[in-house]
Amino acid sequence: MTSLRLALPALLLLLAACASTPEDEVGGAAAGSGGFGNGAPGSATELGSDADFGMENDVFGSAVPGTPEDFEINVGDRVFFAFDSSTLDADARSTLDRQAAWLQQFREITVTMEGHTDERGTREYNLALGERRATAATNYLVALGVDPGRILTISYGEERPVDPGNDETAYRQNRRAVTVINLVN
Amino acid sequence: MKRDWSRRRLVGGGLAALTVPALAPAVVRAQVRLDITRGVVEPIPIAVSPFAGDDPSLRDTGLAVAELVTANLERSGLFRVIDRMAYIQDPESLRETPRFAEWRPINAQALVTGVVSRPGGGDRLVIEFRLWDVFSGSQMRGLRYDLAADGWRRVGHQIADVVYERITGEPGYFDTKIVYVSQSGPKTRRVKRIAIMDQDGANHRFLTDGGDLVLTPQIAPDGRRIAYFVLRTPNPRIMLMDLASGRSAELGQFPGMSFTPRFAPDGNQMLLTIAAGGKSDIFAFDQAARRTTQLTRTGAIDTSPSFSPDGARIVFNSDRGGSPHLYTMNRDGSNVQRISFERGQYGSPAWSPRGDMIAFTRITGGFFHIGVMEPNGANERLITRSAFDENPSWAPNGRHIIFTRENPQQDRTRLFTIDSTGHNLREVATPLDASDPAWSSLLP
Repeated sequence: MTSLRLALPALLLLLAACASTPEDEVGGAAAGSGGFGNGAPGSATELGSDADFGMENDVFGSAVPGTPEDFEINVGDRVFFAFDSSTLDADARSTLDRQAAWLQQFREITVTMEGHTDERGTREYNLALGERRATAATNYLVALGVDPGRILTISYGEERPVDPGNDETAYRQNRRAVTVINLVN
Repeated sequence: MKRDWSRRRLVGGGLAALTVPALAPAVVRAQVRLDITRGVVEPIPIAVSPFAGDDPSLRDTGLAVAELVTANLERSGLFRVIDRMAYIQDPESLRETPRFAEWRPINAQALVTGVVSRPGGGDRLVIEFRLWDVFSGSQMRGLRYDLAADGWRRVGHQIADVVYERITGEPGYFDTKIVYVSQSGPKTRRVKRIAIMDQDGANHRFLTDGGDLVLTPQIAPDGRRIAYFVLRTPNPRIMLMDLASGRSAELGQFPGMSFTPRFAPDGNQMLLTIAAGGKSDIFAFDQAARRTTQLTRTGAIDTSPSFSPDGARIVFNSDRGGSPHLYTMNRDGSNVQRISFERGQYGSPAWSPRGDMIAFTRITGGFFHIGVMEPNGANERLITRSAFDENPSWAPNGRHIIFTRENPQQDRTRLFTIDSTGHNLREVATPLDASDPAWSSLLP
């Protein structure tokens, strides 16, 4: 069982594009939160042309249903947390609602729920905090009916930031729980 | 305040150390004594002569030993080794009792001399060293080591330990190893390898190949095993490596993510954290009996345990009060006491091997600090400050601390040592970036 993350570069590009729009909250700009699944933002063409990492369709928003690309782009694979917190805010719950619906639609799929932290905090405490975040997201999905046997939780603590920066903008991206679709070999 | 130190064994590791008789009668009790119980210490001036030898190869070894002793004593911050250019008496004439009158003018309070020989022209070496009190003109220590030719570094560290102990009254810490995490590659995809080296950076060796994400190595009290955490999907686990063979095996099967391995002073008991269901708790694991005992159960994060040197108490990190603070408990989990109360987040506590202090990380005011406090929380002092200082680990004499410092501007992460007094900050050279240091006990 391995994890598939083909569309991560596309996601980062998407986040970068959103960061240039001042009125967008960075925390709310995750793929799949809000309008990305509903209509093409101005950057759609540019994203589509770059997001061809093994995707069968390179048109934004039309990845094959039930694929990791579909999940990451149209549902949103991650939720974000406040500093030293594992509380799911409204944005996070809304993303997890969509994740649960998607997972109930594609019932053969299993996922790994990765908990991550920013680098403020000791390495060991952050491993524990990451586990708490992954569990919070998992428990929410399970409460919505997803079979807990389909979700493996793991903590990466502060070891795998998506943004290497040392400021709040970076930290906000790194305090996350990511639902990764398991690829069955 | 004087403490009663048990004298360390000097015989071991195939290095036989025998006391050698004084060349001159000790006329008075040696006077050289450095009081290091005060905060700021004026380093004691000492001369370390190159050791004598009968041929150029032996003299080369004699010089190397003297330089290694010099580097160790200098780095401790407690000694000022007088420049060899100022020495009048040559190494060969120092085979006999030193002419003390020639050492007093350069203000050498103590003098280290020695001889390297190859008895019978064989493979083995004999190193004989003497520590002299220059002002009273008496021998303070004299030891003879029988060693394989490549064992001179180890003997040099042991000689430095004897000098350190004889003059400061505290055990030395030079004949030790440091295990740590070597890191390379971009921050979003760091490659980490467990590495081990002598405390002065020599004999550096990588123990893992970088294929796994490895963290928080610890070295057993006997110096023969390493415990470390492997963050591998789907089952992160604690591994135990036998240093002689290089082979690793899983510590045990635990219900959840097991991490933060710590050896008890007896080397058999271990402490670890098991995280499951959003809770992290501290467990004791008896390696011989393969028995796991849960020590905390609050529903909070309880992690980063560290044994007191007598094995009776445990200090740990917990956010049961709302934010991460330090607590102590008995080894069975009873009698829990909170010991940190200031603002910010505390973490990674380490109980000093001499029992009198706890070092920790504290994050406050936008900085990471290394701090020390007494085991009941009294007299907290922050001794470092930078963007990221964390993970303190004590040298076995409980005076020096090694820790991780990350410089975000340069994207460099390095190891540093500092005295528990807050003085004597020094970088420890490593081939690549470095974090998660753990200092061994004195090697057996």
